[in-house]
Order: sequence, then structure tokens, then C-alpha cells
Amino acid sequence: MTPVSSKLYADDVSLLMVLVDTNPYFWSSMKNTAFTFPKFISHVLAFLNSILLLNQMNQVVVIATGYNSCDYVFDSSTSSMQRAECLLEKLEDFVDKDESLSQEDSVDGIGFSLLSGSLSMALCYIQRVFRSGPLHPQPRILCLHGSPDGPGQYVAVMNSIFSAQRSMVPIDSCVIGSQHSAFLQQASYITGGVYLKPQVSDGLFQYLSTVFATDLHSRSFLQLPRPVGVDFRASCFCHKNTIDMGFICSVCLSIFCKHHKKCSTCGSNFGEARKQDPSASDQRTSDGS
Amino acid sequence: MSALEKGKEHVDTGSSSSAEAAIAAAAANSGSNSKIRQIREMNTEEKRFNQEEEDEEENGRGREAWERTYADERSWESLQEDESGLLRPIDNKTLSHAQYRRRLRTATAARIQKGLIRYLYIIIDFSRAAAEMDYKPSRMVVVARQVEAFIREFFDQNPLSQIGLVILKDGVAHCLTDLGGSPEAHIKALMGKLGTSGDASLQNGLDLVCDLLNQIPSYGHREALILYSALSTCDPGDILETIQKCKASKIRCSVIGLSAELYICKHLCQETGGMYFVALDEPHLKELVLEHAPPPPAIAEFAVANLIKMGFPQRTAEGVISICSCHKEAKVGGGYSCPRCKARICELPTECCICGLTLVSSPHLARSYHHLFPIRPFDDVSPSALKDFHKLPKNCFGCQLSLLNPGNLPGPQVACPNCKQHFCLDCDIYIHESLHNCPGCESLRNSKTISDMEE
Repeated sequence: MTPVSSKLYADDVSLLMVLVDTNPYFWSSMKNTAFTFPKFISHVLAFLNSILLLNQMNQVVVIATGYNSCDYVFDSSTSSMQRAECLLEKLEDFVDKDESLSQEDSVDGIGFSLLSGSLSMALCYIQRVFRSGPLHPQPRILCLHGSPDGPGQYVAVMNSIFSAQRSMVPIDSCVIGSQHSAFLQQASYITGGVYLKPQVSDGLFQYLSTVFATDLHSRSFLQLPRPVGVDFRASCFCHKNTIDMGFICSVCLSIFCKHHKKCSTCGSNFGEARKQDPSASDQRTSDGS
Repeated sequence: MSALEKGKEHVDTGSSSSAEAAIAAAAANSGSNSKIRQIREMNTEEKRFNQEEEDEEENGRGREAWERTYADERSWESLQEDESGLLRPIDNKTLSHAQYRRRLRTATAARIQKGLIRYLYIIIDFSRAAAEMDYKPSRMVVVARQVEAFIREFFDQNPLSQIGLVILKDGVAHCLTDLGGSPEAHIKALMGKLGTSGDASLQNGLDLVCDLLNQIPSYGHREALILYSALSTCDPGDILETIQKCKASKIRCSVIGLSAELYICKHLCQETGGMYFVALDEPHLKELVLEHAPPPPAIAEFAVANLIKMGFPQRTAEGVISICSCHKEAKVGGGYSCPRCKARICELPTECCICGLTLVSSPHLARSYHHLFPIRPFDDVSPSALKDFHKLPKNCFGCQLSLLNPGNLPGPQVACPNCKQHFCLDCDIYIHESLHNCPGCESLRNSKTISDMEE
């Protein structure tokens, strides 16, 4: 591998962080459709190869988003020539390890995969590339996601999105499953990435190569899928209804659809001076972390 | 490099005369050939050296400013040698990381409630004293630049808060911008009003801010940040009364001085619970100003908890022409409409100009959540744990950077107290200052379920 400083990075050299959803519950739910995990991986492999062919300095890093853990499975800057074998081997190890970490015997429904973890890892890797010097490939993140959103991950995913926005890293998302992902819609909208839900999943490679293969510089010349209108309305904490107007607790920013006397999240009483009791929002953090 | 070593030799072996050191430093850093030659000659001929030293002593008094910066910083003293006598690169990274950790620990040591909804007035002193040129090009320009950076950072961290600008000039205070949530509007107004004249009046400034902040709702945290250049205050009445008035109105006043410490500023900050600092130079000023961007700890009696009525507007359909209520212009698509009065608004967050409803979007609320759920500081990995390094992970969990120093010994690293993953120092800073997620904890379902259950 040539040292980074000797490389001449033009503005069309990209670093593509691919987050692959390996949630076994999701893929087993896809069994009765024609689009199975092996098929998906073969499309992704072809796509990764085509990225590396587009520019010899392009770099691809693959992170597996599992059900119980996340890990790096492939880095084109360190791997030798047998890319596909290397990736598949690491991926298989990862899936085995992910399964062994499982504690529950059965899960109701599909369950969510750990998107916030793999997003955080990808952003850490991108920061390392930024630190490597003034000349570096242009990073972007591509989420190949199928599992439904995990409500418990909302804060962590939003934190990742804002951090990506601050360092100008677009998050592209390609949703494989049957339903749209609100997290990824927001991620792509806020960071200026592309959100796409392919109509025909059998043609995944074509979607990937026509929409997500272009580098950031060339994107301005292309007619890429227009950003969908993202619904930025909030849902209230009490009934989970989406609301137009609501009440926000001034202490912990919880959202309610009706006026309450006491905040159910942080326990502060509204409309009267509080005593000097530690608010429950702090207790939450100290317990939770 | 040879010049550097020569310079160092001198300090080590020779006398501790500062003039000599100054020459060495000047020669080493500026690379001026004649001076290097001078030093080499000195090295061999002691007598001549002494004579030259006297010459340099005289020159030293009339030293140019650029030479003085090298002489004052004494940068040659931080040079280190390794075993073979070669110069080692200065290890700034672990040093700055240690400083950062100290900052982090003090910031998160006490888990306290933070005031997330802030109403802040920035009082900028544009009196005669702000024209001083000790900051380059002038105090006024430097202050304006820092305030601009601060406003952007402030709204990034406090999307639900509002800022107003007040300028002290000619003995009076006048309000440049009213409280508002748009960074561009404030910056534009500030940049259009640069110019210094007259005296500064702290009392007038505080009186004005006090009147303005008394109108805001009780749940908001009232703050004033004063950037004070002058060494005096030219007041119409008793300033101590005004300070008591601020205290009664629960306004937290902080002052950043640009010249010297003033008793009255210190008194003001002590009384109102603010912070008082005097900036040493521009980088220090920047650091002090930006320290005010994260929400301060909330003081229980200062703001009353309340429910705030807010609207979550939807984007208006593309291609619809409507007149926006904020700029009074006809625009095509791409706006939001107030859910209560259906007026068109260009950007969020804002207050509807027709019905006064606070309008936000859910990401704005989410942007503040990391203040409520901070991640714990990571622990340093103790040297004893580093000894059996075969058990340690070889790569940083976040960025996969090798944690091994050259020589396959483990380098400095930190570990998350929750998930026990190891991280490099750069990732540690990034995770705590920008990401606000621990990648290790986020990529472990079990740790999540445990914390969920506790919640």
C-alpha cells in the first residue's frame, strides 16, 4: 500500500463506507420472496468491485450491522487481492459470532439491527481519514438496510446524523425491505445524501451502480432521485401520535399532546417553582449509562 | 536540524544567560545563516563569545517583535533527546489529550440539570478602547470575528435558544438585534455596524438587557455575555444598584475582558453567578467565548419548569407560490406553514410572526438530547494493564487504527467504562465532543437492553 502522502487525491476519489444489514431475523423474513441474503451479497460484491474499478484510488470499507453486534468486515486498503474471498470469510465469522452473542431464544417480529453502532464506527473511521492530512478521499456512507427502525436507537442515530452533518459526510441509504425507514429518510435528508427504496429488489445492482456509485463531485451533474418530503413532525411521548402542535417540557424537552401537571419523563412540576431536587432526567442518565 | 541541536547544546553546556538563549533560538528558528555562523564561532572561541554576548545584550533590548516571540516562548526548552542523542518529535498529542480530559472531567463530573432554553444577550463594547491595536488588526475586528463564530456554534448546540446583540458606544447602549433564532440575521447586523467611538457604559448596557430580558417567559434561562474592552465604565447612576437589579431578575452575567481585570466586572459575575475571564490573546479569547456555547448548569430557582406550546410545521408542497410572513416576499415552494395560522415561514426554528407560536422540527429537539444523556468519560488504561498486552485489542474499536506504538508495545489508549472497548485518543476526543455516542456501547445489544431496563 502506498503511503497516503504520496497519493494524489483528485476530487473524484471516494471513500465508501458500506453498512450491510445482516440481521438474521430480517433475512429469514425475506426467504419467501425471491431476494435472499446470498443474492443480496452477490449484488453488493459486484457493486464493491465496480467502485474499486472506477478509480484505482477509491477505497471501500464494509461494516456489518448485526443483530447483537457490529464489526468491520472488509477494508480495501489493507486486504490483499482476493477481495471476495476475504470479505465472505470475515462476514461468515461475523455472522457466527453475532449469533453466539444472542441471549434471547426467540424474537417477536423482525427486530432491529444496530444501525447506531455501525454509523458511529463509520464516522470514527472517517474522522481518522480526515486526520490523515489535507489530501484524503471524499468520504460518504451507504446504508444497505432492511430491518425496521429501533425506537430505542433514536437519540444515538440522531447524534450520528448531526455529527455527519457537521463534518459534511453524506449518508446515502438504500432500503431493501418492504417498509420505508424514517431514520434513514431523516439521515439522508439532513446530510444531503440520497434515499432510495428500489422498486424491484432483483435489480439491486443496477440501482446501486446507477445511483450510489457516482462520486460526490459528479453528483451535481446528475439527476439523482429527488429527496422525498420528510415528515419532521414529532410524535408525543404519551400516546405516540404524530402531532402538529404540542407541549414541550422546558427541562427535558419531552413532547406531550396535552397539558399535564407533571412531566412523566423528568418529574418536574409545571407552573410552580421547583425545589432543589435532582431532576429525574439526570437520574435516567446516571442509571442508564 | 543541525542549527537546532547547536542551539540546544548551548543551553545545556553554557551559561544560562537569556541573551545567549535568545540568539540560539533566533538562529535556530529563523534559520538565519549569519547567526548560525556566529554561534559556531562562539562555540570555539570563548573570548570572542563573551564580547559578542555583550553586543547581543544591547541588541536584545531593541529586539524586533518577531524575534521576541521566539525568545519569550523558549521553544527550545521543550526539545527532547532520545537515547542516541537524536531529537525526538515533541509529543504534543498526549499532552493536549491530558488537557482535554481534565476539561471533560470537570464538565461532566457533576451530573446536573442544564438550562436548554436560553435567552442570551451579547453585549459588545465598541467604545474607543475597542479600537486599540493590541489584538491584530484591532480589538473590534477580533471581537466581531469571535462573536460570529460563537453565534454559529451557539445555535448549533442550542437550537431552541435565542440571541440578541447590544452594543456599547458613546456612553449609551443600543440594541442592535432583538432576540431571535436566525444566526445569519445577527451576523449581518453586526458586520454592518462595525465602528468605535466614545466611552462604554456597563450600567446602561445592563439596564437595557435587564428590561429586555424581563419580558421573556419564565421557563427560559436569562443570560448576558459581555465582551468588555474598556478599562472604565462611564455610568449615569449607581451601577451597584443595577447589579442588584440583574440579580433580582435572575440574569446570569458573564464577562470576558480584553484588557485587564476590573473589580466591577468581577463583582457583577460573582453576584449573578456568571464567569469572569480576561483573555490573554486571540486563541485564548476564542476559547473563552466558545466556552459559553454549551448550555450552562441550570440553577433551580432561576427558571421555572413549564410546558411550552410548540408547533411542528410541515413542508409546503413544492411549486406552490405564497408570500412568506418573515420576509414579505412571494416565494415558490420549499417553505413551512404554521400549523395554527397557516402562515408561510422560510426556515426553522422560529416564532410565527403572525400568531407567535414557537415553531420547531423534531431534529431540533433531538439536537439537544445529547446534553441530557451525556456519555461517560472514558478511563485511561493503566500502565499495569498495558503490560500484559497480548490480551489487549490491537486496534482502536472506533477507527481500526493500530493502538501499538512502533516496537509493538501498546500506545496510549482509553477504555469505555461500560462496554470495555478500547479507543485511540483521537477517537476519544471525537466521540465526546462531536459524536456523543460510544460506538462500543451502541454496537452491543446486551448493554442496551440492560440500560433500557434500568430506564
